[in-house]
Amino acid sequence: MRREAPQKLSDYGPLFFPAMMLIVFFVVPFATMIAVSFFQRQQGGFYVPAFEFANYERFLSLFFANVLGFSLMLAVTVAICCIVLAVPFTYLLTRMKRKVQIVWLVALLSVLSLSEVIIGFAWSTLFSRTAGITNLLVMAGIMSEAKALLPSFGAVLTGMVYQAFPYTVLVLYPALVRLDPTLTEAARTLGASPIKAFFTVVIPALRNTITATLIMVFIFALGSYLLPQLLGRPQHWTLSVLITDQAIYQSNMPFAAAMAVFLVLVTLGLVALTVLAGRKGEAA
Amino acid sequence: MTGALSKAYFFLIGLFLAAPMIVVAGVSVNAKQTLAFPPKGFSVSWYGEIFLNPEWRNALFASLTLAVLSAALAVAIALPLAWFLWRRIAPWANIFQLLGIAPFTLPPVITALGLLTFWATTGFYGQPWTAVVSHAIFFVTLPLVTLSLGFTAIDRSLVEAAATMGADDRTIFRTVVLPLILPYIVSGYAFAFVLSLNEYIVAYMTVGFTMETLPIKIFNALRYGYTPTMASVTILFVATAAIIFSLVARFGDLPKLLGAMSSDDT
Repeated sequence: MRREAPQKLSDYGPLFFPAMMLIVFFVVPFATMIAVSFFQRQQGGFYVPAFEFANYERFLSLFFANVLGFSLMLAVTVAICCIVLAVPFTYLLTRMKRKVQIVWLVALLSVLSLSEVIIGFAWSTLFSRTAGITNLLVMAGIMSEAKALLPSFGAVLTGMVYQAFPYTVLVLYPALVRLDPTLTEAARTLGASPIKAFFTVVIPALRNTITATLIMVFIFALGSYLLPQLLGRPQHWTLSVLITDQAIYQSNMPFAAAMAVFLVLVTLGLVALTVLAGRKGEAA
Repeated sequence: MTGALSKAYFFLIGLFLAAPMIVVAGVSVNAKQTLAFPPKGFSVSWYGEIFLNPEWRNALFASLTLAVLSAALAVAIALPLAWFLWRRIAPWANIFQLLGIAPFTLPPVITALGLLTFWATTGFYGQPWTAVVSHAIFFVTLPLVTLSLGFTAIDRSLVEAAATMGADDRTIFRTVVLPLILPYIVSGYAFAFVLSLNEYIVAYMTVGFTMETLPIKIFNALRYGYTPTMASVTILFVATAAIIFSLVARFGDLPKLLGAMSSDDT
């Protein structure tokens, strides 16, 4: 049966339920959030309909400039770490036997599906004084006494790379697994070492994939809402953490909504900018 | 030389992925209620605690119910949509594909907050079923992606043959399309199920004050200090995820689901 355009109204029938669900429970909530971002906050966690920019004006402070700057810097750092670790890993993985690949894919999916609560808990245990890795170092005689490695920037970064690494591999996987193996074979035949072939043939062939993956991991890292809170100090809090904090603990929904809208705009803006830069780079 | 190098690299990555789980597994078998690693003494009572302690058991039950129902609803939304996009030429309908992928692609806080304001405005805030709908929307991306993949893998000549023999859309769907698409339905459901089981922020923002799912329970427990039960629950989660994904791999083609070509081609 060939694909054909819908002829009768009833042909649209199957579309009705999914379209209704997505509009009512995704588009409308999104619009509600945008509306609430202009509302006025009342004491006691309530808010009344209004149209004011007060919630947005609060961004124009040094504090928010710092939070935004830190959030972006952290997300970029996480994305770069993940790419550096994941590109060679995924490349080697795709060259392995299918059975071995499956074992690794199951492990990666299992880690990817872990909630941030669990990742945060697991790493805070690993970095803690009583149950942390420093205890092993003490047993091995490398350190004199166990100490806590958190809260610290390093702990936040490690936790977030742990969270984003499986995601990076799975985003890279389709492109790398379809990479023409004759490319590297040709390079090898011409006398390049495997490492040289990887850097001079594989990486350039994947330039666009790597850029696209970098953006996706960046957005993924920007969304991390608990790890900076569980593993870092208050100065390591990101925009996502602040949004949760304002919505739940400060009960300031309008302000939380305004920050969320802002986060969407920043995310989309950066994506657009990178896509634009990529096009220019190709034209040149 | 390079073989040894890549083996070492894989070992280090594997260690990185496993290290926190090894420590948590160690903590979970402590004899007393201490958070020590290497564990002091050995006891599996903290695993029993998940099922015996009413608070943890209720949270486990709430999480399982939520995951079973929301994954089913996610598939119910994704299946007709993916079928329609495969069966019809309707370029504007692609907007719904985009809408189905957006909740999972945007930072989760945004979807969570949107749903929170929505449920609060409509007055349903805190009702358990709102979490089911919220999770279904949040995770609809997963069955949508696997099903779209499954539909493109269907050989259209099979469908054409059925149509030539006089089968209508309904019969074709039941006798040809559904059996071919079933593995993708199952894996889409499995992905949505496991992620819903683990999900924290959307559940917390929609029903966090009226009901505790396991991740919410762990987080609340974290704020009052550690108990080894958190560790045993974590291990239970990892094991569940690993078992479900292994089953998907056992009965389906996992590399293909994740974007590789089917095993016959390689």
